[in-house]
Amino acid sequence: MSDTRTRRVAGATDSQQGDHPSGDNRFDLVDKHLKRARYEQDQLIETLHVAQDVFGYLSEDILIYVARALRLPPSMVYGVATFYHLFTFDPPGDHSCTVCTGTACFVKGADDIVQAVSDTYSVPAGETSEDGSLTLKTARCLGSCGLAPVVVFDGNVLGHQDTESTLELVAGAVGGGG
Amino acid sequence: MRDTRPTVNISFDGVDYEGYVGESVLECARRNGVTIPSLCFLEGLSVWGGCRICVVEVAEGHRLRPACATQVTPDMEIKIETPRLRAYRKSVLELLFAEGNHVCAVCVSNGKCELQDMAVFSGMDHVRYDYQAPRREVDASHPKYVFDPNRCILCTRCVRVCDEIEGAHVWDISYRGEHAELITEMNRPWGDSLSCTWCGKCVAVCPTGSLAYEGRSIGEMEHDPVMIKRLAVARSRGEWLDPEGAI
Repeated sequence: MSDTRTRRVAGATDSQQGDHPSGDNRFDLVDKHLKRARYEQDQLIETLHVAQDVFGYLSEDILIYVARALRLPPSMVYGVATFYHLFTFDPPGDHSCTVCTGTACFVKGADDIVQAVSDTYSVPAGETSEDGSLTLKTARCLGSCGLAPVVVFDGNVLGHQDTESTLELVAGAVGGGG
Repeated sequence: MRDTRPTVNISFDGVDYEGYVGESVLECARRNGVTIPSLCFLEGLSVWGGCRICVVEVAEGHRLRPACATQVTPDMEIKIETPRLRAYRKSVLELLFAEGNHVCAVCVSNGKCELQDMAVFSGMDHVRYDYQAPRREVDASHPKYVFDPNRCILCTRCVRVCDEIEGAHVWDISYRGEHAELITEMNRPWGDSLSCTWCGKCVAVCPTGSLAYEGRSIGEMEHDPVMIKRLAVARSRGEWLDPEGAI
């Protein structure tokens, strides 16, 4: 995820010589989408998706930027963005660990995995650790129930995980924990 | 002024009435003096259909439909007072009371509250559901008004009046489900809002004590939702000094 982000941003700065007025060239990518969408107000959700892709999350500045570009009231943009679970408002951690808590994974002990990672790195499910190194998320069902319990670490889907293997995995990328 | 719109024959609880094509069931009932209880509906604003208090039974299959968002059709048989509907309305009200923190005894609108009136009208004397008792912060940052989300039932009258009549769109609803809450601009204190014109229409239309004038004590807040109808008539017909005729 972070790799894709840097690559995209790098690509943007290469192709667009001029600096974005905001001082952050990543807004060029949002502008590009807005232009393609002809600044139509019904493109709000798509624009928010693009902005989240580019920045990794939606900050208040980004929401205000989108509201201005589409000439929409800020409260409406905020309302739409918060309505959907897919939009996040906190910067994601360097690494992400998503544990599936769907029925099959739950039966196979997904809750223990969540609890273990949460305790070891003192990060509540759905949030990012204080040092910004790890985001712990839960998913409803990833559709691979045969692999239960499923853990997605930095975009890689891993089946048949247990507490130990998951902790090992996270420790390998993030560090000792605690 | 004679109305020349085409008409349809409909009936409310077995009594025949005449409805206009394109009219909603609720509008038709109000025009004919038939009572259908409602909460989020307000004449002069767009239809929201969110409170589900105004549901009626329509004969074909006894389907429940919101009267405010259903148009009259020829030979429509509408039931308003049936045991099922009475029970349904009561449940909806109980859920509204369980969802927020509605404590009438300490509310600015005690005795002048549409939600309270509705509970009395429907005979809702207790709540069968667990109170959610959410923790919600009162926003008293505005110099003239106070917003108490604990008393909010998310009828969106304020959202609609601010957008449609005043044209400022200061209010909107954030998040969803049990976490849904009214916000001003980017979820910033109301007092910091740049777009709020202080017009007070949102306060005028609030059916509960959620929006009130600053400094009102228990039972001292009287809202004026009919103001919107007066304003609509004034603007459309150019009649500003005839509030009686407007209502």
